[in-house]
Amino acid sequence: MHELGIAEKIVEIALASIPEGIENPKVERMNLRIGKFASVVEDSLRFCFGIVVKDTPLAETELIIENVPVLVHCNKCNFEWEVDDPIFKCPECHGTDLEMLSGREIDIDSIELAD
Amino acid sequence: MEINIQKRVLEANENESERLKKFFKEKNVFVLNVMSSPGSGKTETLVKTLNRIMPKIRTAVIVGDICTTNDADRLQSTGADVTQINTDKFGGDCHLAAHLIESTAKEFDLERIDLLIVENIGNLVCPAEFDIGEDARTVVLSVTEGEDKPLKYPLMFRLAHSAILNKIDLLPYLEFDVDEAENNIKEVNPNIPVFRISATKEQGFDPWIEWLEKMVFSKISK
Ligand SMILES: Nc1nc2c(ncn2[C@@H]2O[C@H](COP(=O)(O)OP(=O)(O)OP(=O)(O)O)[C@@H](O)[C@H]2O)c(=O)[nH]1
Ligand SMILES: [Mg+2]
Ligand SMILES: [Zn+2]
Repeated sequence: MHELGIAEKIVEIALASIPEGIENPKVERMNLRIGKFASVVEDSLRFCFGIVVKDTPLAETELIIENVPVLVHCNKCNFEWEVDDPIFKCPECHGTDLEMLSGREIDIDSIELAD
Repeated sequence: MEINIQKRVLEANENESERLKKFFKEKNVFVLNVMSSPGSGKTETLVKTLNRIMPKIRTAVIVGDICTTNDADRLQSTGADVTQINTDKFGGDCHLAAHLIESTAKEFDLERIDLLIVENIGNLVCPAEFDIGEDARTVVLSVTEGEDKPLKYPLMFRLAHSAILNKIDLLPYLEFDVDEAENNIKEVNPNIPVFRISATKEQGFDPWIEWLEKMVFSKISK
C-alpha cells in the first residue's frame, strides 16, 4: 500500500546518484535488496515503479530484487537460524530473547548505467 | 558502469524518528503509537482509556484519519487535546510518518503533557514500517477479525510492546477462538502482554491501564 511512496523514493535516490555530466544517462538495471519481513509486496512495487519512472533515465530499467531471508540470533544460546514461519522461539533452547539479524531490508544496492 | 549506492530507502524517516525521540525525551513526553486494522476499536479504546487516566496523566492525542473528523470529535469529548491529521492532504497515505508527527506535536503545549497518544491510520501493514519517535507501540486486534491475523501481518505484532484483543463482548455470538488468537500473537512475540477487553462495555481495562501507567511513569518525571 505504501509501495508507491517507496517507488518514488527509490527513483529519487537513483536519480541523485547518477554522476553529473553524463549525456542522456540510461539506467539499465537497479539492484534492490528486500527482506522477507519488510512490508513490501514485490508485484505492487514493480507496478508502481513502472509508473514513476516514465520520462526519466530509469524508464527502461530492469528491477532486480534480491529477497533477503529472515535470520534470527538467540541471545541465550547464540544459535542462529532462518525463520520461515513467523514463529519467534529458539529451536535449540526455546529462548525468546532474540535478535533479528536480517529480513527488514528495503535497500538500494546499486544501479548499472548503459555505456 | 555500475554505481554503488548502498542506501536504506526509508532512511529519511528513520533519521527523523531518531531526532523526534530525543525531542520527546527532552520534553519529558511518553509517546504511544496505537495501530490496528480499520475499525478494530482504536478510538473507542482510547476514549475509555482517556476517561480513566486523565487528569492524573495529562494526555494529548494525534489521530490520523483518511478524511473525516469523527474520531477527533469523539476523542475531544474526553477533554484531551486532540489534533487530527487528514492524510489525504498528503496524498492519501496509509500511515503516519515521523515528519508529520513532529509538525503536529509542536502545536501542543508539550510542557504540560505527559503522554502523547498517536492513533495511526487503520492498516496492519504500512504503519509497522514507519517509526514516529514513539516509546511504545500497541496493536489492537478485534475478535471480529481472523485469529491468524498475527501470522499474516507478523511485523506489526513482532514490533508491538502490548496487544489488545478487543470486542470480547461479542465472543458468545462468534466462532472466534480467543485463546488461539492470543497464542498466535505470542508465537510472533512471545513476551508481549495481551489484554482482552471490550471497549464499548468497558470490560477488562484494569490490567491495560496498569500497564500503560507503568510505562508512562517509568519514563517521565514531571
Ligand atoms: N461490540 C463492540 N463494538 C465495538 C467495540 N469497540 C469498538 N466497537 C465498535 O466498532 C466500530 C469501530 O470502532 P472504532 O473505535 O471507531 O475503531 P477504529 O479502530 O478507531 O477505526 P478506524 O479509526 O476507522 O480505523 C464502532 O462502531 C465501535 O462502536 C467493542 O468492544 N465491542
Ligand atoms: Mg479511529
Ligand atoms: Zn537459544
